[in-house]
Amino acid sequence: MRGSLAAIGYGLAAIGPGIGVGLVFAAYIQATARQPETAGLNRPNLFLGLAVIEALALFGIAFGFLWQD
Amino acid sequence: MSKVASVLSLEDPPWPPSVDEFFPPGLFGIDWLTKFMLMVWLAIAVIIVFFLVAYRNPKVVPGRTQWLAESIYGFTRDGIAKEVIGHEGVRFAPYLTTLLVFIAVTNLFAIIPLLQISPNSHIAFPAMLTLVTFVLYIYWGVKTHGAGGYLKKSLFPPDVPLPLYLLLTPIEFFMVFIIRPFTLALRLFANMFAGHMMLLVFTIGGFVLLNAGVLFAPISLLSWALTVVLTIFETLVALLQAYVFVLLTGSYLQASLTAEH
Repeated sequence: MRGSLAAIGYGLAAIGPGIGVGLVFAAYIQATARQPETAGLNRPNLFLGLAVIEALALFGIAFGFLWQD
Repeated sequence: MSKVASVLSLEDPPWPPSVDEFFPPGLFGIDWLTKFMLMVWLAIAVIIVFFLVAYRNPKVVPGRTQWLAESIYGFTRDGIAKEVIGHEGVRFAPYLTTLLVFIAVTNLFAIIPLLQISPNSHIAFPAMLTLVTFVLYIYWGVKTHGAGGYLKKSLFPPDVPLPLYLLLTPIEFFMVFIIRPFTLALRLFANMFAGHMMLLVFTIGGFVLLNAGVLFAPISLLSWALTVVLTIFETLVALLQAYVFVLLTGSYLQASLTAEH
């Protein structure tokens, strides 16, 4: 078999942020379903949360290339 | 030269795609004249011409171009500057709009045929944009609170038991001066980098499958269909990342500007 173990590592690294992004959007959908008028109010917060969580998965991509031999 | 065109002419496409794909040779034999440089010039030219044309002859009832320009500015001013920074955020609206439009246009190059790569997939461009934002929010923090006041405000959150500062202050320092600028640049870079890589994998992968024999050849159609889907996804990501970059800039500015509680 050929390939890079980093691919598996990145797959594992993406689990956490994947769950995190799911939670953020679930919370946003639930909040707007209960209180539709807060949709606009919460949108910046949604993307702030998304951006912070997403950064973790993106570290995985960047460092995978950074630390390759 | 587009990726697809150069691949089409090859019998054996380069597989797997590597980081080398992001370093095309200089154009016309000049090392520093790269595709990325031309794309940045093009982006600047497009933006300047668009806004000059839109505001050449402003009317009370706007035409189509003016309406578009005003919507973009209005979106940034009301949706980001006023919403995130607060009422005094209006003075940052020009900077935020410039940032949003520049990042959006350079990101969208990733899906425009013949260009097909975003300058932001090189860390240098996001890093430079981040440096401007970083200097800006520190400058406004120091200007509003004084150098000591700004450090105290950002490093010593109020209403915390005294011993906890041993733990909190290094974390806050790390957060404000290292993590924030670092993630801001890396987020934009990694999104565009990974997006381009993904498109390469499915485009070139299609050709690899096509050459791999009768059994695998039909799967190349699936691979190219995924390329189309991912291109649409890339458009979304390009615009979303421009929005997120500007939103975070606004949020950092807001953190620098607010008074202590």
